[in-house]
Amino acid sequence: MTRPMIHVENLIKTFTLHNQGGTVIPVISGASFSVAPGECVALTGESGAGKSTVMRILYGNYLAQGGSVRIGGVDITRAEPREILALRRAQLGYVSQFLRVVPRVPTLEVVAEPLLVLGRPEAEALARARDLLTRLRIPERLWSLSPTTFSGGEQQRVNIARGFAHAYPALLLDEPTASLDATNRETVLQLIAEAKAGGAAIVGIFHDLDARARVADRQIDIAGFTPRLV
Amino acid sequence: MTPLLDVRGLTKRYGARIGCLDVSFRLYPGEVLGIVGESGSGKSTLLNCLAGHLAPDAGQVVFDTRSDGPRDVLAMSEPERRMLGRTDWAFVHQNPRDGLRMRISAGGNVGERLMAVGARHYGDIRAVATDWLGRVEISETRIDDRPSGFSGGMQQRLQIARNLVTGPRLVFMDEPTGGLDVSVQARLLDLIRGLVRRMGLSAIVVTHDLAVVRLLADRLMVMKDGHVIETGLTDQVLDDPQAPYTQLLVSSVLQV
Repeated sequence: MTRPMIHVENLIKTFTLHNQGGTVIPVISGASFSVAPGECVALTGESGAGKSTVMRILYGNYLAQGGSVRIGGVDITRAEPREILALRRAQLGYVSQFLRVVPRVPTLEVVAEPLLVLGRPEAEALARARDLLTRLRIPERLWSLSPTTFSGGEQQRVNIARGFAHAYPALLLDEPTASLDATNRETVLQLIAEAKAGGAAIVGIFHDLDARARVADRQIDIAGFTPRLV
Repeated sequence: MTPLLDVRGLTKRYGARIGCLDVSFRLYPGEVLGIVGESGSGKSTLLNCLAGHLAPDAGQVVFDTRSDGPRDVLAMSEPERRMLGRTDWAFVHQNPRDGLRMRISAGGNVGERLMAVGARHYGDIRAVATDWLGRVEISETRIDDRPSGFSGGMQQRLQIARNLVTGPRLVFMDEPTGGLDVSVQARLLDLIRGLVRRMGLSAIVVTHDLAVVRLLADRLMVMKDGHVIETGLTDQVLDDPQAPYTQLLVSSVLQV
């Protein structure tokens, strides 16, 4: 087997609520799995099982209390902020469920930004952004406007376009097909298939069972990592 | 990589009271560090000690100078430090009146800093000033007007132009969007973010506004009673705060 792009070992996550009596909530215990280049792994488990928590730890957004997460050779649980930022720029992409952008920045720039940050020529970055926005059926008259005023479905598609602008070798997808109509959902599934064919290691959460069956090579049930309460 | 700024054990006391205690951190080129905390937490004291406006009681502020490499700013002579303040460093005050000269024209405010580093040709200075007013979205037709007639947002944008015109490498910002309307804040944030990115600036931004640091800062430092309580990647500190005080601070923000 090829060397894994994402390698999670013995991950532990607890939340300590200091302002609510110091309540400790164990969420994940002993999570271990790997994702190879070109492979898509779906995290499953009921709501509250900790799927999003695992995704956020993989992105460096949540701190782990134990274990390691190696992505492209960097252990994200111990890396310095600037190492994580460098990893996020070049190697690790994340399509969250919500778009978070500075108001006023035009949609076309929002989508091109990940490429511009990498120092790609502006013409190339904008061409890629136009291509993705066209494929995701965002009408051209909206490209010069900030996406903050768009409908939920449009924002989600802008978010996806932005997430796929750069060919990240590791990609995290949090319900990428939620709130999309059938045609756009089909486009997103194609984008995922293309990213896989390009060698991306993908971890995803898909409540859309049919989508999951089409793109995921394996499933990992997060319930298996739920700490047992004694 | 050599850090642009390497701060070690910085301490400032006001008599028996602590201003800031034993603060150490490194800032690398192109990084934006946010310092948050409520009023009285020591964040402004720290910023003023770093920028040379206040003399700390202990510690080092080592800056990677263009000509001589890393040097302790606190050990520099006053003229050397003042030169640094005019060239490689910039300071954006919360109140634009503290950073602008209100009795000279907008163009003069920008040109003055250029002249302080040796620019003499009037036509060149005016051309650069015009270019910078454009970059901070102030109409060229206002170049000869005094900033006293500008709105708060315009004054703040002019202060930024005045500071960045000499191409500094490190910018200190003290509540840069404080006291401005929310819509004006968004425009200013977008502007600062674009300038920081395009010029490859490093910046230290002090604010009590968590939304501002989320958009501007790569890294965050949380202060309370002069102590650094927590540090880390901005989104990590805001989304998964570890220290009791940070949890309180983050959960106290009203959701819009």
